[in-house]
Amino acid sequence: MTVYLIALSAIIKREALRFVHQRERFVAALVRPLVWLLVFAAGFRAALGLSITPPYQTYITYEIYIVPGLCGMILLFNGMQSSLSLVYDREMGSMRLLLTAPLPRWWLLTCKLLGATIISILQVYTFLFVAWLFDISFDPLGYIYALPAFLIAGLMLGALGLALSSFIKQLENFAGVMNFVIFPTFFLSSALYPLWKMKESSVLLYQICSINPFTHAVELIRFALYGQFNATALGWTVLAVTAFMALALWGYDPARGLIRRKG
Amino acid sequence: MKSPLNKGLSVKGVSFAFGRKQALVDVSFSVEPGVFCALLGPNGAGKSTLFSLLTRLFTTPDGQITVGGYDLAKHPRAALAQMGVVFQQTTLDLDLTIRQNLRYFAALHGLSGRGATVRIDAALDRLDLADRAGEKARTLNGGHKRRTEIARALLHGPSILLLDEPTVGLDAATRRAITDHVHSIADQDGITVLWATHLTDEIVANDQVVILHQGRILRDGQANEIAPDAPLEARFLDLTGQPA
Repeated sequence: MTVYLIALSAIIKREALRFVHQRERFVAALVRPLVWLLVFAAGFRAALGLSITPPYQTYITYEIYIVPGLCGMILLFNGMQSSLSLVYDREMGSMRLLLTAPLPRWWLLTCKLLGATIISILQVYTFLFVAWLFDISFDPLGYIYALPAFLIAGLMLGALGLALSSFIKQLENFAGVMNFVIFPTFFLSSALYPLWKMKESSVLLYQICSINPFTHAVELIRFALYGQFNATALGWTVLAVTAFMALALWGYDPARGLIRRKG
Repeated sequence: MKSPLNKGLSVKGVSFAFGRKQALVDVSFSVEPGVFCALLGPNGAGKSTLFSLLTRLFTTPDGQITVGGYDLAKHPRAALAQMGVVFQQTTLDLDLTIRQNLRYFAALHGLSGRGATVRIDAALDRLDLADRAGEKARTLNGGHKRRTEIARALLHGPSILLLDEPTVGLDAATRRAITDHVHSIADQDGITVLWATHLTDEIVANDQVVILHQGRILRDGQANEIAPDAPLEARFLDLTGQPA
């Protein structure tokens, strides 16, 4: 095994161990989308009528509609959570340990991103399992087709978190940034309502939703759950992964002196 | 046993600024292989900034740093591989076991499988922590945490050990034990040590001392040469203009 893979495996294992030790984080990450699915969706079922749009070939219930968005929500919150833990790690020093390893910084950050994304995907599948218990289910193959979509969407949101963490100097600043990132990202997307409905209310908001990378990540997942491939959504999501990762690498460039402290 | 590849540490003309504030000004010194060098300076002298540059947490275009014979700017990975680092704050993951912490670090340095296990077991034996290897790092006292971090920093067999104020927050006896331990690492294993501190009682007579104040080097020499007739502390306070 090369030094690159040894480091990758160790970083993923550490993320997994940290996750196992933070069960409350797991429960919180699961409860949030389940409340939306089982409470919010039930309440809004009557209010929000849905027409037949791809990938759907028949009328669907609102619960079915929001599942891909809620999978995206898990990935979004976890991406931000891992960003928070990076800022924490940086303040606590363990980020220094990682960044002083004799490996390229881009690889170390990619390992960290992959580790966090794998944990997120495990949570998404746990959520889908609970949804299945409540009879909100998809074709069995859809769950397999959706895996690469979860991976790409998770990488995109993790890279966004990574980029944000490089610009947040202190832990205290985190809550504010999250409010300006999580909520607009989630609500200005197709996670909770189809974009044509948004267009009926406001063309401007529709246009903002249309360029939101999270919309494309959700659509990528939505189509994949029905065994369909959405090339536009994939293109936008991959573009966003590249852009956010480039931003993160720039943010963590040692020449920029990210971890600057006066000594 | 001194490694023939161990070419010590060299810092030449390094300057660094945080925006307009100059943190380091034309800092130059070198540490020969197997020498214990204390980087002595009051709080805010620029010690941590220099450590961040030495460990490449950030870089500067001004000056050159050579670690174990490798230019840090040109061959960062080779230079970092020569280096073991103990940071001021603990970098142990408190929720992982002692063994998991060591294994994680070993992997970051490309060590895995049996090779890593042998080194980790040897380190645990030296620390007398073999029977507690499965306990969480959180259960260790401050002194043991520090010793574990030092052992961890040496797992990959570096030629240079950097320690940034490693005794902060420890009681006097533990502080002394850690200081003696690292001196013996330099003496017996031939590892070059750079030890940042603001406490003169951690320095022995034949240690090299580099006094850093307001980002500049005030003195560089053996402790008993810098302060031949007076205690090092008095000389240090005198040089840095602080009341005794």
